[in-house]
Amino acid sequence: MSVLVYIENTDGQLKKSAFEVASYGKDIATQLGTEAIALAIGDISSDELTKLGNYGIAKVLHVSSADLKTFVNQAYASIIASAAKQHNASIVVLSNTFSGKGLAPRIATKLEAGLVAGATSLPTVSGDSFEVTKTAFSNKAIASVTVDSSIKVITINPNSYAATETGGSAQVEAFNAPVESSDFGTIVKDIVRATDKISLPEADIVVSAGRGLKGPENWAMVEELANVLGAATACSKPVSDAGWRPHSEHVGQTGIVVSPNLYIAIGISGAIQHLAGVSSSKTIVVINKDLEAPFFKVADYGIVGDAFVIVPKLIEALKAYKGN
Amino acid sequence: MKILVCISNVPDTTSKITFTNNDSEFNTTGIQYIINPYDEIALAKAIELTNSGANGSVTVITVGEASTEPTIRKALAIGADNAVRVNANPADAWYVANQIADYVKKNSFDLILTGRESIDYNGSQVAAMVAELLGLPSVSIAKGLSVEAEQASIEREIEGGKEVVSASLPLVVGTAEGVAEPKIPNMRGIMAARTKPLEVLEPIEVKPLTKFNKYSTPPARGNVKLIDENNINELVNLLHSEAKVI
Ligand SMILES: Cc1cc2nc3c(=O)[nH]c(=O)nc-3n(C[C@H](O)[C@H](O)[C@H](O)COP(=O)(O)OP(=O)(O)OC[C@H]3O[C@@H](n4cnc5c(N)ncnc54)[C@H](O)[C@@H]3O)c2cc1C
Repeated sequence: MSVLVYIENTDGQLKKSAFEVASYGKDIATQLGTEAIALAIGDISSDELTKLGNYGIAKVLHVSSADLKTFVNQAYASIIASAAKQHNASIVVLSNTFSGKGLAPRIATKLEAGLVAGATSLPTVSGDSFEVTKTAFSNKAIASVTVDSSIKVITINPNSYAATETGGSAQVEAFNAPVESSDFGTIVKDIVRATDKISLPEADIVVSAGRGLKGPENWAMVEELANVLGAATACSKPVSDAGWRPHSEHVGQTGIVVSPNLYIAIGISGAIQHLAGVSSSKTIVVINKDLEAPFFKVADYGIVGDAFVIVPKLIEALKAYKGN
Repeated sequence: MKILVCISNVPDTTSKITFTNNDSEFNTTGIQYIINPYDEIALAKAIELTNSGANGSVTVITVGEASTEPTIRKALAIGADNAVRVNANPADAWYVANQIADYVKKNSFDLILTGRESIDYNGSQVAAMVAELLGLPSVSIAKGLSVEAEQASIEREIEGGKEVVSASLPLVVGTAEGVAEPKIPNMRGIMAARTKPLEVLEPIEVKPLTKFNKYSTPPARGNVKLIDENNINELVNLLHSEAKVI
């Protein structure tokens, strides 16, 4: 028996969420009295992969081949499923990222395994019963889900489980899995990355602004605040609908769900659909001129006033703080 | 082009979410149901790709009990040509995906669209499961889709950017914002929907693999600490020493 963890990378660098799934997988393995094995696909150096040892991974299976450098949904799923079979994995863990969402259902289907997407805790295991919590109704509820299959697939949201260093070392092994030509049904033609930007789903700090900012020309101060904090920028739905900001910044029930350590909402009223995407943030700061704005009810800290006055002051105060 | 759009019947986004029966079931009392917002995007795209039926057909399928029919009729009013309801409680994603895959096996389609996820159970599972069951390629979170001569070009969301992916039909795509603007039914559509075919099928036997058996609501937050706008340094101090986030 083992726990298999799928590790994602960006251009050969392990993602932050990769260490989170490693820790999650390791903690389940400890619970079950077994070991956590990792699997990574792509051009990644052994030095980079051995870092996983520090998060409790004993062995890393590495698949590297020219035709698997970019994401191939079906082929990646085949490889992960065959590693799970070869290593007798009873649980497969992935990150609930855009790629993870494409992979986990396929792996679950191949293994006839029940899938819990977006788990929020370690499972409770006793005898044959296996139960894990996940968010439901777009963050408005937490559900406890039992899984009845002998193999289970679990995905966890980025930022929802802390990566913990355990101080071990991992052994890296090449893994050869058969992939068929029919596994190459999708071909990546181009990758466009906003390199100067921090990835929104994985960001520790998010600075978000809404219709209160009046127009796209006023976003310079939002970006400057994000820069000072090393934060990603986000926005409310009407803002991206109006084309003031790209759709990829829209957070909420119909956008991206984020759970950063700090979420700063500027000129956003806090409609229920917006809150659904941000309410699992650890700390929420709201800047709004209207004390009656619903966002204040879920905020930890609030400033009532004009964003055009407050945000520049906040930038100055943070610059002074960072300078010390 | 024959397109199948998978529709999920979900509580309206403004619904207050509560539970009954010792917190083991979602409380449906007073809940308004809608087409899952992402499925509306899929439906709008399907109508656009078939040029409102001039260049193919759009079938919508839902796995649900009779109570879901108003939602299906709404999809017909928006512009789908015909509808299928698999008469069963959608027990879990595995159950639903198997029902849809079975229907596709018996009635081939060029393109199968689903929303990127349903806003009730937030699984993002059905698209890729259906694809895997049928041995088809898929893209789970698409923010752009175009089809030309049996070849699709899809913009796939990735962390901090996008990937442009190509695939030949048949194909399964989970749609997100950017793919199309949801359509609102007009009077003519609503009238026409009354007579469009809605076929009811009995489910195939599938054993669900997961069960939602207990719910709770997230813990409420403490009261907001209000900080005077002339005392911004206090906020910086609190974020540093109390919240420990900077
Ligand atoms: C099906 C559905 C799905 C939806 N999904 C989402 C979603 O995913 N995400 C989302 O965000 N929304 C979503 N919405 C929309 C949501 O209901 C709200 O309309 C939206 O969140 C409001 O955006 P906003 O707060 O930016 O704008 P508004 O509601 O217009 O609020 C602007 C706020 O700015 C404040 N303000 C104005 N001027 C200033 C100033 N100078 N300084 C400080 N504050 C100021 C105002 O007091 C007000 O509170 C959805 C709606 C529906 C129906």
